[in-house]
Amino acid sequence: MDYPNENEQTGQSSRVNDFCMTICTVNGSGSATANTILYRALFNMGIPTSGKNIFPSNIKGLPTWFVIRASEKGYLGRVPYDDIIVAMNADTFAKDLTYLPKGGVVFYADHLQKPADANPDLIYYPMPIRQLVRQAEVPRNLREYMENMAYVGIVGQVLGIPMENIEYALGKHFGSRQTALESNRNIIRSGYEWAAANLTKQDRYSVRALPPLSDYILTDGNNAAALGSLFGGVQFCAWYPITPASSLVESMLAQNPKLRKDPVTGKNTCIILQVEDELAAAGSAIGAGWAGLRAMTATSGPGLSLMTENVGLAYFTETPVVIWDVQRVGPSTGLPTRTAQGDLAMVYRLGHGDINHIILIPGSVNECFEFGWKAFDLAEHYQTPVFVMSDLDLGMNQWITRKFEYPQLPMDRGRILWEEDMARFEGTWGRYKDIEGDGIPWRTVMGNQNPAAPYFTRGTGHDEYGNYSEDPQNWAAMIQRIKRKLQSSCEFLPVPVVRKKPNARIGIIAMGSTDPAIIEGQDQLEEAGLPVDYLRIRALPACCEVQEFLESHERVYVLELNRDGQLYGILIQELHDYSPKLISVSEVDGLPMTAIWVKQQILAKEQQNG
Amino acid sequence: MDNVQSTKLERNFVGLSPIDYRGKPSTLCPGCGHNTVSNQIQQAVYELGIVPEMIAKFSGIGCSSKSLNYYLSRSFGFNGLHGRMPTLVSGACFADRRVKAMGTSGDGDTASIGLGHFKHIIRRNVPMVYIIENNGVYGLTKGQFSATSDLGLELKHQGKNFLPPLDLCMEALISGAKFVARAFSGDIKQMKELLKAAIVHNGIAVIDVISPCVTFNNRDDALQSYTWGRENEAPIQDITYVPRAQAIHIQDFQEGETREVRLHDGSSILLKKIDRDYDPTDKHAALDLLTESYKNHYFATGLIYIENAETNIFDEFDFVEEPLNRLTPDRLRPAPEALERINFAYQ
Repeated sequence: MDYPNENEQTGQSSRVNDFCMTICTVNGSGSATANTILYRALFNMGIPTSGKNIFPSNIKGLPTWFVIRASEKGYLGRVPYDDIIVAMNADTFAKDLTYLPKGGVVFYADHLQKPADANPDLIYYPMPIRQLVRQAEVPRNLREYMENMAYVGIVGQVLGIPMENIEYALGKHFGSRQTALESNRNIIRSGYEWAAANLTKQDRYSVRALPPLSDYILTDGNNAAALGSLFGGVQFCAWYPITPASSLVESMLAQNPKLRKDPVTGKNTCIILQVEDELAAAGSAIGAGWAGLRAMTATSGPGLSLMTENVGLAYFTETPVVIWDVQRVGPSTGLPTRTAQGDLAMVYRLGHGDINHIILIPGSVNECFEFGWKAFDLAEHYQTPVFVMSDLDLGMNQWITRKFEYPQLPMDRGRILWEEDMARFEGTWGRYKDIEGDGIPWRTVMGNQNPAAPYFTRGTGHDEYGNYSEDPQNWAAMIQRIKRKLQSSCEFLPVPVVRKKPNARIGIIAMGSTDPAIIEGQDQLEEAGLPVDYLRIRALPACCEVQEFLESHERVYVLELNRDGQLYGILIQELHDYSPKLISVSEVDGLPMTAIWVKQQILAKEQQNG
Repeated sequence: MDNVQSTKLERNFVGLSPIDYRGKPSTLCPGCGHNTVSNQIQQAVYELGIVPEMIAKFSGIGCSSKSLNYYLSRSFGFNGLHGRMPTLVSGACFADRRVKAMGTSGDGDTASIGLGHFKHIIRRNVPMVYIIENNGVYGLTKGQFSATSDLGLELKHQGKNFLPPLDLCMEALISGAKFVARAFSGDIKQMKELLKAAIVHNGIAVIDVISPCVTFNNRDDALQSYTWGRENEAPIQDITYVPRAQAIHIQDFQEGETREVRLHDGSSILLKKIDRDYDPTDKHAALDLLTESYKNHYFATGLIYIENAETNIFDEFDFVEEPLNRLTPDRLRPAPEALERINFAYQ
């Protein structure tokens, strides 16, 4: 186990607003609400927090862990060890203890058997969970659930979370459901009071209120993506359930009736349709995009494999569609409930033949919202599939994030011609004709009643008017124009975010949800005497800022959560002049990246290369 | 009603001529049954007086799917992926519900690679006409067995077919289709009347057209050949489509010999008995008919099953009446206050 050195050296100094706590439960026991209350209370105290659910591909009965990290400095990445555990699962109790360093804290349900060889260097707080639940006269069917609420009270009291912050979190969670709120508050209070009367604080971890995080909100990336899509004017979403993308569309289902009633008629303006498989999900979204609707689907790796043929059709017929890939670990069924960045190489060239795609890569929950609406503007402007690549860590875990910002740009519906627009071209319009000289043609859509508007869409070779063509020159011109169209997009995609350090001569390039780990790692490297600049790619094809970053650094490490360095592979292909400067650092085990790994990897590589 | 044909006008009641309904010249083999279907589609749409722009055509891959280009050039068309035609329709149909979707598919497209989508679009009851040009063979890949090839069929490079055929009318029936018909490329009058009724039907209408492949599967004894079809066709009724505007004089037909089936828009189908009592509103009778006709090797054609579709998938979503694809951005993007409320809720 990799414990940070300072833990060993300063074993007894107090640690305020800086710890990692893992709650070890059995899945299906209803611990999610309890954990939500705990970290929301910390957030309400102004303490930056993140909540990660490490869960099995199972409904009930297997171990699950919920990790809450509190960090006054605002570090939200995963740490590979715990400071505190809340042990509620007998099966994993002994193993869970091994993640704690000396001085670590163990809250455990006293009906669990404490292992005989339990580490004596830890601090143990037994919790009379069942007794508390019995005293509270909880109905039998709610007992298991309420056991979780009991630990909220005990842990909250020992850490020093004021009851008022817990009450705030309860209010946010239960809203107007007064009865549920009352019974949960009662059991939490009884735990809280029991701890105050019976436990003596022996450990060094505590919390203290900070100025309110008033510019921040707490939610997950899939919910943000759903909201972003709805604010982006999505009109059609076809989908097929798959972990970890399902909750994205389920959030849309929940929010759609509230947000998308037509202000004129009060009728719905967004159709969400569950279909028979991912082929149908992609096909229906493409049909809708072709017919002039803002259309999308959301899936994960296995679903994308099934959508591949459809994606090629959309690309070659120049049909706008937005596809969210909430990545999980592959190949094959892989690890359905764990996170990775392993789909990038596939998605970049998804489809057979000459093909490449616009990809947006959000690195925060806030960006899931922003790219949610932006993706439709790009898809319709460039008349092509646009992929948004999130992952399980970003999509399904809770994060604090900056408030969502209302779209600052008007909707870009792209080049669409309606009945009265046709006259402008005096009969010379062709669906695939490059009239404006930028590779982006004008299109008409179903329902346009001008007799000149209809055209024949085909996945086969076609000329500027959509007629079947096997002509060699025509084919070459068509495929080059599409390439030109996509390459010209790169300067209009979200630009990279650069985080600089004074006197840095080397750099890091990364993407997506590894952002918090890399920021923290970058700070740790600086403390270790190695300043490093960091560029986060937010879209592909890569723009000139990436090239400038490579130009201005001696060496650039490309860090990513996959086996073979897929982003690295794309960069050395697209920016091959700089390939000698690029070094791949990649690893995947199903868990989010950690700052310690970033620091150790870069230090080790620098010893070889520096 | 028979004089509808003979008094055909140069222009229909929306002022268009048959030329406005034409497609590109066919590149299918001369004599291909599919060309007959293409002709009857354009004729049916012409006679119904539907402006071609208000039809959208969809297809998958294969000879049948190619035929999409050979009728209704003034309609939007999407020739997509093998077997996936229904998926395109399932999205496109919501964009402008005034536009009627017509899908043209083949037995390879529908009975093999796209069987799942076929059954699921029926479950969804998307208002469309789903035509299968069924010739029992893969034509565009030069003569392989399809899932509707007859048991024991022998093909040049394939040997003998050891698998039993699927009956697509039966698949449609058990999936819940409310309009199921079988037609024959050698019987154009019946086909046209069925097409008209199918276009007007308020839900999905499936027409399985036995449409011979003159190149790869037209031996006289083959189930989908012209000769076998002509010799064994047993129409279950004489069908006439009657537009809403025309009064029906049931007394023009012999009492008890003719029944009228009303369609959603007020038009009707008149079904004149031929030589047996057959009730096309009885699903069990329909299944019996199909089972019996395969077992006894006769070729039952006509309107096999009809049930008036009061609703379709559109009624499940309560969405705007006007074309969804013409809504302006202010009706698609929620107001800033809505986002403020969300931000507050997540604090």
